[in-house]
Amino acid sequence: MPDPDSPDKMTIIAFSGDLDKLWPTMILSSTGAAYGMDVTVFFTFWGLFPLVDEDVRFTGDNAMTKMLAGMNPPGFSRAKLSKLNMGGAGKWMMRKLANQHKVAPPEELFAICQEMGVKLWPCQMTMDLLGIRPDQLRPGLGEPAGAATALSSMSRSKIQLFI
Amino acid sequence: MADDVIKVVDAKGLSCPMPVLLARRAVDEVEAGNVIRIEATDAGSKSDIPSWTKDMGYEMLDSEIDGPVYTFTIRKT
Repeated sequence: MPDPDSPDKMTIIAFSGDLDKLWPTMILSSTGAAYGMDVTVFFTFWGLFPLVDEDVRFTGDNAMTKMLAGMNPPGFSRAKLSKLNMGGAGKWMMRKLANQHKVAPPEELFAICQEMGVKLWPCQMTMDLLGIRPDQLRPGLGEPAGAATALSSMSRSKIQLFI
Repeated sequence: MADDVIKVVDAKGLSCPMPVLLARRAVDEVEAGNVIRIEATDAGSKSDIPSWTKDMGYEMLDSEIDGPVYTFTIRKT
């Protein structure tokens, strides 16, 4: 029998689009799924850009949202470090080190999350705010959701994280 | 013959969290009562695999360290 004290549900709010924060988000959510937990990740604000399909050049429906999109290129592979990014050199070094140590990159962990049934919810409000259309997001995500849905999921989770 | 290892997970060289993810994938592919073996070199797996095994309610039949390689034998319940 599974340990009755082991947590059965985890909800992570993925607020950051930084590589060094997406990474632990993906590590914990995939590992949670490996634990058989019901895992939900709610992607909001900067955390939404990694979910934009990498082939989409620009999101946004006006000058401001287009500019924001230009500064936050889509997809996991283009995510920057939160510190010491050094114009991409820091990011490159981090990925190279991870590769040498056989640490799976976040996009690979994301695919494993999808395979393991982790719920991946884009934030509807952020999509509206940033002018990101559903067809510009990568496939295999949950329905866009709001704060109440995220809170409802958090309130039923033993583990709630804001990353 | 229930104690025969029917699946071996080679997670050698892979870092956290891959050994646990591959272990999960392996137990999903076998029946309850089956025994799998996980081989890893990630030092974190020394604590990760036993704690995962315990929380899942599986049975740790054997764990050994052979040089850099940690080997865990687990029965799915």
